[in-house]
Amino acid sequence: MSDERFEVVIVGAGPAGAAAALALAREGVEVLVLERGDFPGAKNLFGGILYTSVVNELIPEFWETAPVERHIVNRRWLTLDEDTQIGLDLKSAKFDVPPFNNTFTALRSKWDRWFAEQAEQAGAMVICETNVEELIVEQGKVKGVRTGRDDGDVEADVVILAEGANALLAERAGFRPQMGPRNRVNAVKEVIALPPEIIEDRFHLEGRQGMALEYFGGAVKGTVGSGFIYTNHDSLSVGVGCLIEEYLRLNMAPYDMLDDFKAHPMIAPLLRGGETVEYATKMIPEDSYDALSDLYEDGLLLIGDCAGLVNPSIHHEGTNLAMASGVAAAEAVLSARKVNDFSKARLADYRERLEDSWVMKDLKRYRDTVHFLLENRELVNEYPDLAVRLVRRYFTIDDTPKDDVLKGLWKTIRSEVSFFKAARQMWQARKTML
Amino acid sequence: MSIDVRDYLTPHRHLSLEERLGLVKRRLAAESHIQVDQDAFRADPQKAVLFMCPAQVFKLNADDDSCIVNYEDCLECGTCQVARRYTTWNNPRGGYGVTYNYG
Repeated sequence: MSDERFEVVIVGAGPAGAAAALALAREGVEVLVLERGDFPGAKNLFGGILYTSVVNELIPEFWETAPVERHIVNRRWLTLDEDTQIGLDLKSAKFDVPPFNNTFTALRSKWDRWFAEQAEQAGAMVICETNVEELIVEQGKVKGVRTGRDDGDVEADVVILAEGANALLAERAGFRPQMGPRNRVNAVKEVIALPPEIIEDRFHLEGRQGMALEYFGGAVKGTVGSGFIYTNHDSLSVGVGCLIEEYLRLNMAPYDMLDDFKAHPMIAPLLRGGETVEYATKMIPEDSYDALSDLYEDGLLLIGDCAGLVNPSIHHEGTNLAMASGVAAAEAVLSARKVNDFSKARLADYRERLEDSWVMKDLKRYRDTVHFLLENRELVNEYPDLAVRLVRRYFTIDDTPKDDVLKGLWKTIRSEVSFFKAARQMWQARKTML
Repeated sequence: MSIDVRDYLTPHRHLSLEERLGLVKRRLAAESHIQVDQDAFRADPQKAVLFMCPAQVFKLNADDDSCIVNYEDCLECGTCQVARRYTTWNNPRGGYGVTYNYG
């Protein structure tokens, strides 16, 4: 083993790793962050919404200097059939003032780079173009990491894994359950360039206001997944994300799902004149709370996507859980450092901090969401489709007396929906999804 | 600079997958970071990696039913090995592989 030694080595300079590095460096801890990309963010991707409550605690009023795109004042949740959409629209002037509902669009290549620079300025060392090939484990204790560089071993009191959704190191070392088609989403996305003025006109925005549109039901062929359009400053992030198992079930390619979504008559007009400037893909972890590993071992902590910390409900939150877990890991390490004890028993403090916070409370709340949807596909396929047809019929003007329209609607519902089954599903949906 | 709205009323130009893959900056390693167990691939009736990979890295070699791996096109999501464990995916060497401009 080489002589290189840091108090803490963090694998991955995404939001989780950089948040941990920032919090540790500020307390004077010797932190090394290893990133395999050319720069932090070079290989990172998300749909497009950065939830920023944790950033704003770490760096108050970060929006003054950070490369965020737009703050979201308008959200829409829509369901489509082949030619119609219905949806819920939320737009508020309350989201137009600091802290902007802690909801911003961002592009990760810019934002992650900036966030990691904040950790560097606080004293963390960030080394890029460095792949960690394996954890160095002796007698069950993690002692450091083996990198792809010559003489590439680095020792540490504690290693914090922030390697992302493709959790190779954690899985291969047996520190997390196997990734599988039911706990991983594949998301594909295009960045489509448009001038800011066109975006603002098309989406009814002013200045740095932004909009987030999420699409369900027929938008993603009735699968457990969703489509999205998010407004950046001078581009749109447009994509779809579905459980891998859904693609396997349909024998369908992710880019075909995306292409069909983009070509939908409710979507295509929003993309007019836009030029695709990037195509990208990533996995999203949707491990249930019940399937999470301990997340702490002798000399090791798991944070962010590789720990499985994503809220899989309609809230679709990931980056804020990643950053919160990074901060919780840093606090646990600071506490362990005082007694120079980095054993598994001591590092359980990290999990306790997460359990006491909204992070694990939310993951518990939505522990059954994905499984429930896979077992009750009516909620993503038949019911949204029916809802579109009912609303469309109710507002179709054709000189049918409204009494007859309503009778027809009830007849449709009775013929397509089993009352007791639907009542049970709605009851369970309230418990598992709301 | 003034914007002419009419320039943006034309339909979005849809790019082929090849064109889209060409937008991503890459530094290519000499050796592949993806391995396929060819016997297991042949035994997969669905040949799932052929459609599951968003970059179409995997192609069928019709001559012997084997799987061709165009690792140069890989976008590094890792979906292949989650869909089918007969693929083994490793991170490309540090500094190699894709660099996203936007992300």
